[in-house]
Amino acid sequence: MRKLLILTAAAIGLSGAAQAADITGAGATFPFPIYSKWAEAYKKETNIGLNYQSIGSGGGIRQIKAKTVAFGATDAPLKGDELTKEGLIQFPTVMGGVVPAINIAGVEAGKLKLTGPVLAAIYLGDIKKWNDPKIAALNAGVTLPDANINPVYRSDGSGTTFVFTDYLSKVSPDWKSKLGTNTAVQWPVGIGGKGNEGVSASVKQVANSIGYVEYAYAKQNKLSFALIQNADGNFPAPDDKAFQAAAANANWNEAPGFGISLNNQKGADAWPITAATFLLIHAKPEKPEETQAALKFVDWAFKNGDKLALDLDYVPLPAGVKDQVRNAWKGVTDPAGKPIF
Amino acid sequence: MSAVTDQFAAPSASVRKTPKGTFDLVFRNASFLAALFVLVLLAGIMASMVIGGWPAFREFGFGFLTSSVWDTQNDQYGAWPAIVGTLSTALIALVVGVPLSLGIAVFLTQLAPPWFKQPVSTAIELLAAVPSIIYGMWGLFVFAPLFAAYVQIPLSNIVEGMPIIGTVLYSRSPSGLGILTAGIILAFMIIPFIASITRDMLDQIPSVLRESAYGIGATTWEVVRHVLVPQAGVSIIGAIMLGLGRALGETMAVTFVVGNANRLSASVMDPGSTIASRIANEFNEALGLQLNSLIALGCILFFVTFVVLVIARLLVARVKRY
Repeated sequence: MRKLLILTAAAIGLSGAAQAADITGAGATFPFPIYSKWAEAYKKETNIGLNYQSIGSGGGIRQIKAKTVAFGATDAPLKGDELTKEGLIQFPTVMGGVVPAINIAGVEAGKLKLTGPVLAAIYLGDIKKWNDPKIAALNAGVTLPDANINPVYRSDGSGTTFVFTDYLSKVSPDWKSKLGTNTAVQWPVGIGGKGNEGVSASVKQVANSIGYVEYAYAKQNKLSFALIQNADGNFPAPDDKAFQAAAANANWNEAPGFGISLNNQKGADAWPITAATFLLIHAKPEKPEETQAALKFVDWAFKNGDKLALDLDYVPLPAGVKDQVRNAWKGVTDPAGKPIF
Repeated sequence: MSAVTDQFAAPSASVRKTPKGTFDLVFRNASFLAALFVLVLLAGIMASMVIGGWPAFREFGFGFLTSSVWDTQNDQYGAWPAIVGTLSTALIALVVGVPLSLGIAVFLTQLAPPWFKQPVSTAIELLAAVPSIIYGMWGLFVFAPLFAAYVQIPLSNIVEGMPIIGTVLYSRSPSGLGILTAGIILAFMIIPFIASITRDMLDQIPSVLRESAYGIGATTWEVVRHVLVPQAGVSIIGAIMLGLGRALGETMAVTFVVGNANRLSASVMDPGSTIASRIANEFNEALGLQLNSLIALGCILFFVTFVVLVIARLLVARVKRY
């Protein structure tokens, strides 16, 4: 009898959940863990679920353009003219950093110092050995082996690669002209690993290698990392504070849809390779109630989700930026022209 | 045997004359539609791939096949390194896998004691059921480090500076990942197919043939070489072609171990890429011409696999005539 009661209760619970329409979204894989975490907590409070397909930024952009989802998610921001053309509104949700992971015998974690141009030269194949004078000059007192550098990159198209190549383009004119910024570039040297796990596996196994992974991934897997010189000439340790410092000094209104790069921002403690991840929604959605539900979810996450984000080593947006984003939502209207948020 | 066949043939002939013939007609048409569905599906896939890849073929023309550039920044794409990677990994898989498979099959059918035959046969069938991602992860986490430490590094030290093999077998960055590793992992994956088909073929050869060969004093090797191989030869080639088809199209395992470098290298120890691995890597984030180029790559792979299967069909048809 008791079993029956529990079953009935479960059945009622299930049908209740099925009645509240889920929010649909698709796109970037980088923010997937935090979106899932937020969605879980949001569902407990409101009984509205989130159906988020982490199919990659490219897929997210395709899906929101095709209007099959309420929001698309992308790591690489769209340009202003494309946003206008497609009638989309873009805003950041959360930030993260990218760190260079290293595996060099005899070099401790956090001891190796690199500059942006040196990092670019390594990935261009111009600096071939770890004891190259350019690296040695930055690392007095560190014994560097006379060994070939094995660069490791992401073989799958990825927002992490976009952030990393954007940084290298900013600090190295050579990189900018030869390879540029993209989710995948024509790497002249190195080994490709699929996903963060592929890169970290290669870095761990291949002696004298260097790779780049998301900070959350590097921290959870205890990868050794190198320090990078920031715009102020310092070598900050990569952590939440360094990423927030990068966001604090940025001018978010520089580009339409908040589509700025947080790479190489000024600030004594700013980590030089930092980026936000973005959501895309239609400014005049065909189904305003769905978009409204999505915006309510993001608003809830802005208010209540900072701790969850920090737990997963993501970095919440500064409060001022959140307000600017809410302001931008005023441009989202129903067919009658009334703002839906 | 023939009596059994007659028993089954007689009632089925009489069914056609009864009212139940209507059911027979419906059944025949239904199964015809099922067969037609396969053709429609195939034509649909082919058409959508040609349409999807057309912008890339139109933009780059024949140069798409021969160009080595894969530049997402300037939207320039070429398939050559991926085609070379696909063919060379598949070739390595055959060179490593075929002798092992044939050895397994000959041993199991001709030499193995019964208590050993059954466990090995079961093990081979289990290997065929292992998902390819498991081969990939095993290759990346277990095989590649061992391969780097015990093959790549010592071998590179030996061959360094030698003509030709000093280039082909030298690894600049001994990571354990590369074309050769992918070929070896593929070999492990196709061995179950080739070995079990070949074993079945060898089992079907009437034992009277073998026994008479032994009777006139042939050694085991002579029986295999002059009796079994000529009897089963063409169907063994069919089995190899099926394995080759799998090696050409394998995606997940190769993506893990091939090193994923979109460039050509003279050394099989260096990272490379295959058509399938490149599609798996880039499809998620591809837009515009890059997406078209990936579909065009798929089209090329489709064509290559199609040619392989046609050859296999022709060979199997030939063996049936004898």
